[in-house]
Amino acid sequence: MRLQYSSNIRIIEMPCSGTIDHRVLLQAFEDGADGVFVAGCMEGDCHFQKGNYRAKKRVNAVKKLLDEIGLGGDRLEMYNLSAAMGPRFAEIANEMTERIRQLGPSPLRKNKAGTSRKEGDVA
Amino acid sequence: MIIAQQKPIKDIAAMIEDCKKVLLVGCAGCVTVCLSGGEKETEVLASSLRIMRRLQGNPLETVTITATRQCDPEYIEPLENLVKDVDAIISLACGVGVQYLAERFHDKWVVPAQNTMFVGGSRTHGVWEERCGLCGDCILHRTGGICPIIRCSKSILNGPCGGSQYGKCEISKDVDCAWQLIYDRMKALGKLDKLMEIQPPKDWSKSRDGGPRKAIREDVMIG
Ligand code: SF4
Ligand code: SF4
Repeated sequence: MRLQYSSNIRIIEMPCSGTIDHRVLLQAFEDGADGVFVAGCMEGDCHFQKGNYRAKKRVNAVKKLLDEIGLGGDRLEMYNLSAAMGPRFAEIANEMTERIRQLGPSPLRKNKAGTSRKEGDVA
Repeated sequence: MIIAQQKPIKDIAAMIEDCKKVLLVGCAGCVTVCLSGGEKETEVLASSLRIMRRLQGNPLETVTITATRQCDPEYIEPLENLVKDVDAIISLACGVGVQYLAERFHDKWVVPAQNTMFVGGSRTHGVWEERCGLCGDCILHRTGGICPIIRCSKSILNGPCGGSQYGKCEISKDVDCAWQLIYDRMKALGKLDKLMEIQPPKDWSKSRDGGPRKAIREDVMIG
């Protein structure tokens, strides 16, 4: 089955949506993403039982954070679908692309980024 | 453990608005366990501040590190090299850590990212509750292991008061009456007679009323 969806989407594979972390989502935006969507399995279908529910909670927390820091939580969304739902994936990808198009490019992209350095633990 | 909650990001950003480069220091002690100031939260705060400042067209440089404990001089000493070229230090520790950093790096602007709230435990993942008021003279052996100083809204020593209704404290139907809990536990233990002893007023000089406290153990001092 060949389906068309927006070609500007970069897919980052994770072993389970439950491994999604606030830092990964924020990094995507810092690296220039205009929008991010997390595709988790259908509710109730998680191989690790609650991974997708936890992902949703974290996504919601980061949406709130994005509102607080001025980037806007609308640029992030969580969807649930199974690996067998190709057409639904294409539909979501197009839906999200349309939403981001309306919001416009990430305002971060027009401004210079500050550098960041992570030191090891003192521990 | 000490329970702290992060301040609103806008407030933290305002404290460092004049700075170009900041060091964010997490703490691997209590605030890691209460999920407010460990390695992860330090990275999230750094990223959030960078995004905010980039949106304002005024990029912020961040350096992050998490110390084993900020309340121990030996663990903040190694920060010296990182501190040199930053305009400010943001501490994600409790108020003790902030003060230890400010004392050690006294020519630096050190700001708190957290509101230090209380001493308590984790009821369940994501819920922390206050359990000890650090009174300096523990009476849990008299009260069935339930602290009336912190869990009774009035901190009374001979409870309950007249506001105890159906096991709840008069301040809210969501707050258990500590003295009802104490009574129930003592009854179950067959020790109700202990509750008949009237407790005299507490000696608060062992608590904060005696000024800042210090604990000294000469036998473990070095040198
Ligand atoms: S009696 Fe004092 S030391 Fe004991 S738990 Fe209560 S406040 Fe803490
Ligand atoms: S109702 Fe119970 S917990 Fe509340 S103030 Fe009175 S004795 Fe204390």
